Amino acid sequence: MEQLLLLIFLPLAGAIITALAGKSAKIVSTVFSVASLVLALVIACNFIPDASTQFEVNLPWIADLGINFHAGIDGISLLVVLLTNLLVPIIILSSYNHQYKSPAAFYALILFMQTGLLLVFTALDAFLFYIGWEAALIPIYFICAIWGGKDRIRINMKFFVYTIAGSLFMLMGIIYLYLQNPAHNFNIQAFYALNLDSAQQGWVFWAFFIAFAIKMPVFPFHTWQPDTYTAAPAQGTMLLSGIMLKMGIYGVIRWLLPIVPAGVHDWGQLAIVLSIIGIVYASLIAFTQKDAKRLVAYSSIAHVGLISAGIFAFNQQGMQGAMVQMLSHGINVVGLFFVLDIIFSRVKTNKIEELGGIAKVAPQLSIAFLIIVLGTVALPGTNGFIGEFLLLMGVYNYGIWAAAIAGLTIIFGAVYMLRMYQNVMLGQTNSLTITFTDIKGTEKLVLYTICALIIVLGVYPKPVLHLTEASVQHLLEQVNQKLNTVN
Amino acid sequence: MNIIITISITAFVVLYAGLFKAKKALLPLTVVGLLTALGFTFSAWNGNAVHFGMMQTDNFALAFSGICIVGTLLIFLLTQNYFHAKSDNIAEYYTLILFALAGMIMMVSYKNMAMLFVGLEIMAVSLYILAGIRKTDFASNEASLKYFLMGAFSTGFLLFGITLIYGATGSFDLDKIQAYLVNNQAVSPIFYPGVILMMIGLSFKVGAAPFHFWTPDVYEGAPSLITTFMSTVVKTAGFAAFLRLFADAFAPLHEFWVAPLMVIVCLTLFIGNVTALFQKNFKRMLAYSSISHAGYLLFSLIVLTKNSGNNVLVYAAAYTFASIIAFAVLILVKQKTGSDSFESFNGLAKRNPLVALCLTIAMLSLAGIPLTAGFIGKYLMFLNVMTEYKTLLVAFAILNALVGFYYYFRVIVAMWFKDGAETELSTPSQYKVVLLVSVAITLVLGIYPAIILNLI
Repeated sequence: MEQLLLLIFLPLAGAIITALAGKSAKIVSTVFSVASLVLALVIACNFIPDASTQFEVNLPWIADLGINFHAGIDGISLLVVLLTNLLVPIIILSSYNHQYKSPAAFYALILFMQTGLLLVFTALDAFLFYIGWEAALIPIYFICAIWGGKDRIRINMKFFVYTIAGSLFMLMGIIYLYLQNPAHNFNIQAFYALNLDSAQQGWVFWAFFIAFAIKMPVFPFHTWQPDTYTAAPAQGTMLLSGIMLKMGIYGVIRWLLPIVPAGVHDWGQLAIVLSIIGIVYASLIAFTQKDAKRLVAYSSIAHVGLISAGIFAFNQQGMQGAMVQMLSHGINVVGLFFVLDIIFSRVKTNKIEELGGIAKVAPQLSIAFLIIVLGTVALPGTNGFIGEFLLLMGVYNYGIWAAAIAGLTIIFGAVYMLRMYQNVMLGQTNSLTITFTDIKGTEKLVLYTICALIIVLGVYPKPVLHLTEASVQHLLEQVNQKLNTVN
Repeated sequence: MNIIITISITAFVVLYAGLFKAKKALLPLTVVGLLTALGFTFSAWNGNAVHFGMMQTDNFALAFSGICIVGTLLIFLLTQNYFHAKSDNIAEYYTLILFALAGMIMMVSYKNMAMLFVGLEIMAVSLYILAGIRKTDFASNEASLKYFLMGAFSTGFLLFGITLIYGATGSFDLDKIQAYLVNNQAVSPIFYPGVILMMIGLSFKVGAAPFHFWTPDVYEGAPSLITTFMSTVVKTAGFAAFLRLFADAFAPLHEFWVAPLMVIVCLTLFIGNVTALFQKNFKRMLAYSSISHAGYLLFSLIVLTKNSGNNVLVYAAAYTFASIIAFAVLILVKQKTGSDSFESFNGLAKRNPLVALCLTIAMLSLAGIPLTAGFIGKYLMFLNVMTEYKTLLVAFAILNALVGFYYYFRVIVAMWFKDGAETELSTPSQYKVVLLVSVAITLVLGIYPAIILNLI
């Protein structure tokens, strides 16, 4: 129990100390983020891979309103907790070649956001979940709006209002469930046990789904995403794409499916159709992008579309695929954005046609970039393959046409990613790239770590699959059982 | 009773101190008087005493008295460096604010409608003078005149309502009125217009649409310190008075008056938020935002639960302390730049990170972001109306809250993301105290609201 509290609040303590640390904020925040990673690994080692909720904390918080500080970890949460605590130190290390103004605030906000994310990923109380959901949003808004690029104020306002609109409707859904719950509390188990008819489930489904769909983002709720990713500082983009988007996916798995299975049953088909439209649409737009950062942003929409389709297909393969792919996508997309950040910091552009021939002058960067790109396009032997294979299998079991169209993502992805790689790294060096210097120091450390993870998880994904298997199995049984009682 | 006596005596003492040119003694005397009154508030807790059948100091009254006194205290602390340039008659400011406070204490604890009227008038007359206290300033004069005309008009409505209700029930006493409604199947037909007239009169006082037209001009024209007082403490007292009457005495007729109230709520939310969006002036934006908050506060009357009073208390506390921060920073910025437009906040965070952080927290609280008091307030209001599953109303309120984010974030954007004249504000020590105390209250109520949830 103490371990979990420590896990959640260590980054918050780190944020406060970092805020007061002045010039040494970079080092202080690194120390805290690495300590959080170690703590997460300790928890993972002590975790027994069955379906139970472990390290549970249940403290009264606002007793009069039925709100408890109730959190715990099962296989599904552990995966995203590990992802979060792995990526935050990587993201902080990746910022070492930047000199951000007021670094204390910058790093404190990252750590503050980490606490919000961990609350979301461990909360077993809907109110706590909501608090974490918003607590993660505020810091990233400030990160993107203070340290972002051109037109950042307008773009981030759009992002903020979009996401908070979704979450306010989710809050309305949460209040509704709370009032339906005879015990008048926000306990997730009590929410699971509610007997709502299918009309009620339908509208609760929408209240939650819109919030999650905006966060992921699923077509047609994605319009905030490309601009926000492009205008954000590199670390902001990594936080958004690597971790924050998983909040939406995790929300669907943890809250949407088990609480309103009949709603998912009625509307899930629409969600799959939207996801698949998103895959094709985003891939097609990615083809035409001239800016590499924007291209990766659209490719992220396509990948998330596949994850979401796999979840709503609602079978073991799809769900397990979503689990693995959450981890892989987090690692790969952070790697991609980091490489683009390295390129940008040297030549001040991410325009594909202005680049070229970097491989000649920076061989190490080009190899690392290649591995990450291959991971992203799901080459067998990389981490991306396992996830996408399982996801496609899940979608195939749902419907062969859905799988056929969703499978396009792999082909499309390979085409536009490799073409981007070719144009940026290969060919002749030009006046801009001739002076390009290869990666060094922390850049090496970060990129090599990411490459190692891509290959290790690709060759031997069993530990990850094993970690989540029992929990996923349990979730599916629970939902199916509940569906049978409703029908 | 002790509370009113203490505050009135303090007011007189301060007036005489001013007469004998003891300028330095004014603030200490006032603070001592208010702290004594606050002490009486605590000691009367759970007493539920009835004074001469006119006033009842139940916990509802005491809790709201407490908030009003603390709010006034903080506003008095903001007088540091405020007056020396503006007026010689400082003692009058102090005295009138104290008289207004005494009136408000009556408004939150009346048991007899005569006391409601007397309290309201004591408060209002003081405020008419305060709004126009800058004698040579046209805006201030205009504010005072407008406020007086509108206020007198609305008092007329209120009085007429009281008369009709007296005609129907034969009593001014709240308990007797309630008993009349409970015991009589056929309520006298003149009772209904009485309720509506009182609702209109009180809506004028709290600035709810469509009776809000005086608010922006008066708030903008009056001296900032007085605007602070009017938009926070006065508003809180007005709502307590509203609630005491409608949630208590008129509760049996809830079905009758909820429909017009619903119209008032929706109009207030919509007009307040949408108009605030187009303001270029921070002070005027706050005026319109105060209208929109009146809309959220009235949620507590749409569905009457046993928690309605407490919900208003939490919301009013959240709103009061956040607004005090906003106005305190506004006064500082205006002293420095001479303007209260949004542009004058540009780049504030660079040189004054503490002030900017306080104002940011205040804006987040007003917008209703979690971990601040404002969120708990909004949450309670939404929860309150959701108990009867008024989902459309909540959806409407959510859309309005989204509009709210735009204008509250505008000042955050100006402070943190824009470059401006990087001047350092001189922040007097008392301002620091006010800012830090208000921020502390905002955060504590946001993170651990359990301390205030079961007060009433």
